[in-house]
Amino acid sequence: MSAFLAIVRRDLLLAMRRKSEVLTALFFFIIVVSLFPLGIGPEPALLKKIAPGILWVAALLSTMLSLNRLFATDHADGTLEQLVLSPTPLGLLVAGKIGAHWLTSGLPLVLLAPVLGLQFDLDTSALGILVVALLLGTPLLSLIGAIGAALTLGVRGGGVLLSLLVLPLYIPALIFGAGAVEAHISGLGATGHLSLLAALLALAAFFAPWATTAALRIALE
Amino acid sequence: MSNRLINWFKFASPQSFYPLAGRMIPWFWALTAVFGAIGLWISFFVAPTDAVQGEGYRIIFIHVPASWMSMFIYLVMAAWAGLGLALNTRLSGMMAQALAPTGALMAFISLWTGAFWGKPMWGTWWVWDARLTSELILFFLYIGFIALQAAIDDPRRADKAGAVMALVGVVNVPIIYFSVKWWNTLHQGASVSMTKSPSMAQTMLWGMLVMALCFWMYSIAVALMRVRAIILERETHTEWVRELPEVKE
Repeated sequence: MSAFLAIVRRDLLLAMRRKSEVLTALFFFIIVVSLFPLGIGPEPALLKKIAPGILWVAALLSTMLSLNRLFATDHADGTLEQLVLSPTPLGLLVAGKIGAHWLTSGLPLVLLAPVLGLQFDLDTSALGILVVALLLGTPLLSLIGAIGAALTLGVRGGGVLLSLLVLPLYIPALIFGAGAVEAHISGLGATGHLSLLAALLALAAFFAPWATTAALRIALE
Repeated sequence: MSNRLINWFKFASPQSFYPLAGRMIPWFWALTAVFGAIGLWISFFVAPTDAVQGEGYRIIFIHVPASWMSMFIYLVMAAWAGLGLALNTRLSGMMAQALAPTGALMAFISLWTGAFWGKPMWGTWWVWDARLTSELILFFLYIGFIALQAAIDDPRRADKAGAVMALVGVVNVPIIYFSVKWWNTLHQGASVSMTKSPSMAQTMLWGMLVMALCFWMYSIAVALMRVRAIILERETHTEWVRELPEVKE
């Protein structure tokens, strides 16, 4: 457990030293969300209807941006090899890296989303559901994305390839995440969607570090 | 018993599989032709005209087998991939790589003929129906697998990375299918339903099954031809490939 926390601390520290990378992804999220009303038109009823979908798609895309760096810098300076050689199980260390990735890229989105949701005329209870859905969904994005990041480590055209691999796998998270808010707005209640999202998160939390470890070992062979 | 086991593993080596595949290919092509001829004859001359959909429905004899094969090939590909990871056999990765383009082709045919069918029947090329959407996502998964394998130069790493991707995909396919299905029921009413159509005539079902066999045999034949090409490409440095009559010429 101490190794897990040490990895989280180290990655958070690295992120704090290079704030611009974290902030770039965050502003990308804000800009993408703000572009939609400009492209679609300022009708509040329409914007309110599409807001959950837009916020979620923007969250997927901005997570994609930061996934590249999850293992790439450690791979470049040889830290990753040391992690693989260390006596601590690699799965635990990978889980720490994924956790740190969520803290730097997922959590800020969760905190920002209600502010952006206000621009789309969502009411308070819908904003609450949005935050809960993102809180359950963004770790899922980090977990699944880590598999893709490990598979494309050091591969030609890795960034674009990563999105090709990972975005189709994000579809369930998108459907249930955006669906939760929509179901709440239409009066159906969001518990079903949120439970499914939590179930997916539990599954991914178990399997994704393991698959990522396998992919990392293949990449470093 | 142990003897038989050894015999099976003998064909796990590219060197002994190459001539075996060469001998099997003509048979599978012949089966493709036979099943194709029977299936097309049933579908064009025997199967009755549909009372509701007219002659246009006959496209299902291509459409349904193609969708079945697109799903089945993904499972087979993932099985080869898992075998390759577990037993570390080189041929398994090559088989998975050889199957992927055929699977992608089947998914594409299924989407394409579906659009052709949808236009006269539903009046639109595309609806966000659960089946159409999940077929589209399956197509994306194939493209991702092919792109990942193409991007990695070292064939062994490409095989293994592709295998992990295929296994992750196969775990996700049911999740994606059900999520799309529930999403669909939430968003739109059952304006279009393929399951509620009146029960199919017996001959139509037979036509579809025979055509599915034809597609199946075609997929095997093409995958074997492709795997032979992959073997030659990867094993050019070996003595036995240089000794092959078709290479010597």
